Amino acid sequence: MSAGPRPAPRSGLRDWLLAEAPSSRRQAALGSAYRTWSQLLRNPLAVAGGLIVLGLVLVAAFAPWIAPDTPYGQSLSERLMPPSAEHWMGTDELGRDILSRVIWGARITLMIVVLVAVISAPLGLLVGAVAGYAGGWVDKVLMGITDIFLSMPKLILALAFVAALGPGIENAVIAIAITSWPAYARIARAETLTFAQAEFIQAVRLSGAGHMRIVTRHVIPLCLSSTIIRVTLDMAGIILTAAGLGFLGLGAQPPLPEWGAMISRGRTFILDQWWVATMPGFAIILVSLGFCLLGDGLRDALDPKGRT
Amino acid sequence: MAPDMSAIPQPSTRPARGLRRASRGVAGFVLTTAVTFLGLLAITFFIGRVVPIDPALAVVGDRATQEQYEAARVALGLDRPLFVQFLVYVGDVMTGDLGQSITTNRPVAEDLARVFPATLEMATLGILAGVLIGVPVGVWAAVRQGTWIDQVIRIFALMGYSVPAFWLGLVGLALFYAGLGWVAGPGRIDIFYDGLVEPVTGLLLVDSLIAGDFTVFGNAVSHIVLPATILAFFSLAYIARMTRSFMLDQLGSEHVTTARVKGLPEWKVIWVHAFRPIRVPLVTVIGLSYAQLLEGSVMIETVFSWPGIGNYLTTALLNADMNAVLGATLVVGVVFVAINRLSDVAYRLLDPRAKR
Repeated sequence: MSAGPRPAPRSGLRDWLLAEAPSSRRQAALGSAYRTWSQLLRNPLAVAGGLIVLGLVLVAAFAPWIAPDTPYGQSLSERLMPPSAEHWMGTDELGRDILSRVIWGARITLMIVVLVAVISAPLGLLVGAVAGYAGGWVDKVLMGITDIFLSMPKLILALAFVAALGPGIENAVIAIAITSWPAYARIARAETLTFAQAEFIQAVRLSGAGHMRIVTRHVIPLCLSSTIIRVTLDMAGIILTAAGLGFLGLGAQPPLPEWGAMISRGRTFILDQWWVATMPGFAIILVSLGFCLLGDGLRDALDPKGRT
Repeated sequence: MAPDMSAIPQPSTRPARGLRRASRGVAGFVLTTAVTFLGLLAITFFIGRVVPIDPALAVVGDRATQEQYEAARVALGLDRPLFVQFLVYVGDVMTGDLGQSITTNRPVAEDLARVFPATLEMATLGILAGVLIGVPVGVWAAVRQGTWIDQVIRIFALMGYSVPAFWLGLVGLALFYAGLGWVAGPGRIDIFYDGLVEPVTGLLLVDSLIAGDFTVFGNAVSHIVLPATILAFFSLAYIARMTRSFMLDQLGSEHVTTARVKGLPEWKVIWVHAFRPIRVPLVTVIGLSYAQLLEGSVMIETVFSWPGIGNYLTTALLNADMNAVLGATLVVGVVFVAINRLSDVAYRLLDPRAKR
């Protein structure tokens, strides 16, 4: 590795980032982030996915300014109008502009996705890291519970939880989070096992760090990148489950402009007024596809082993 | 609905040597399976406990006196410790007692036995189509890696993770039933033909063939073709994606290069040298996919009013019929676990490295 003359000092931010021998920890971190970033940019599908996700965030943030109408603005004289220049996606059975509802619905979808990720990813990370780090019976018990949850079909489990907790968007989020964390626990444990006995962990332990500190400061950060990939890949599934719960009337309740609930309302008119149910579906497909493409690209950039 | 993307089975590296080791493996397998089933029961029991509806209050009503309420609690066994209640629940389930459904007024176990064949029929057709199309498509994409064919197949496969099943069902109904009139509408069979065939297996296609009634068979086919195709799409997407990934691994390996260097025809390189080794992991993928179809059929059945387990579950959900919900959840969970364990066993039996 160290053979050959050292490269002459080069100027420019790019060279500093790609330096073979970074002089500080920050430079190394920024350098590896830059490498991941440029690899991601070389993958057109990943860029497309990233743009779609960015679009979702922007649309959700600026919904009041983008949407031509409010999501609840009824106009009974204009009910069930087909798509036109005035109503790009047509109107629903109460004369509400579907495009506006789809745009406002981006907020709900984004909120569900973020909440599920915020609840389930840290939970899974903690369970997995503790199991992998502690080993022994702690590992057996925690992974036993994880495996039981993993062995259940996600949607069915979420349905049963919502049935018990009662319909509503908060309970839907809780139910989806309960079914999502085991996958992250598995990943975090597998990652932890690869370095639980490594010398740098021993060193930290010898320098007097407690178990809690080792797990939260040294183990979990190293599991982050593979968990982030997995969360991104799971986003599509979370969106579909949330929409499914909404469709069954167990998730977001009308008149909330949740995409799944909107499709459910449009079900009655599917044979004559196809646009009522069809339009929100395109939004779901686009956003889910965006997360899938981005997750695929992230995995290829961060973890070359798991290429599919 | 989205199948586990990371579930790429790893080749087993532990060869089972000797009878003693094998028997220990069997015991461990039985034990872990038993623990998983017990865990399943614990989850459904827990869900049944956290229901905000007080079951005793539901029996006696709001106007009951304190004594009546207490009596109902004792009669339902709710006064006993939670652990004892759980044991009673496990005992009940073991003897096939899943409680009474409040919507159908029949035992849940009986209901489930009645609706299960409808789901099985649809999911089986779905997986057959998924395998027959998904595997060749995946191989094709791997062989043509990087070309536009590969990109199209990849996007198509990703669609399987992004399209809501219920939405696809609705669009399919609007297009092929209402629009083009190519297929029959919701339900398993036209009311006119309902009950004409003696149920033997509960699978309508098989029963109508046994009875030799081709009118009923044709009608059943035109009802099942759309929902089964939509289910097939989801398993196809997953199977094609996995096949592509396995094939890419093989095509890049040395034994395939050797076969090419020897001058073997390309079809032989692909189907004999590259494809043969991936048959074993594919079995696991197909097993997983089959189990996931049972789950996916919940949404499809709701859209198509298909009288299967998914439709039963969602109907029960909307009527707050908890016995039926938990019973259906349990049965789907058990089938799910069983298929997963079976594909695990198949993997070990088929992988030559795992043989003595």
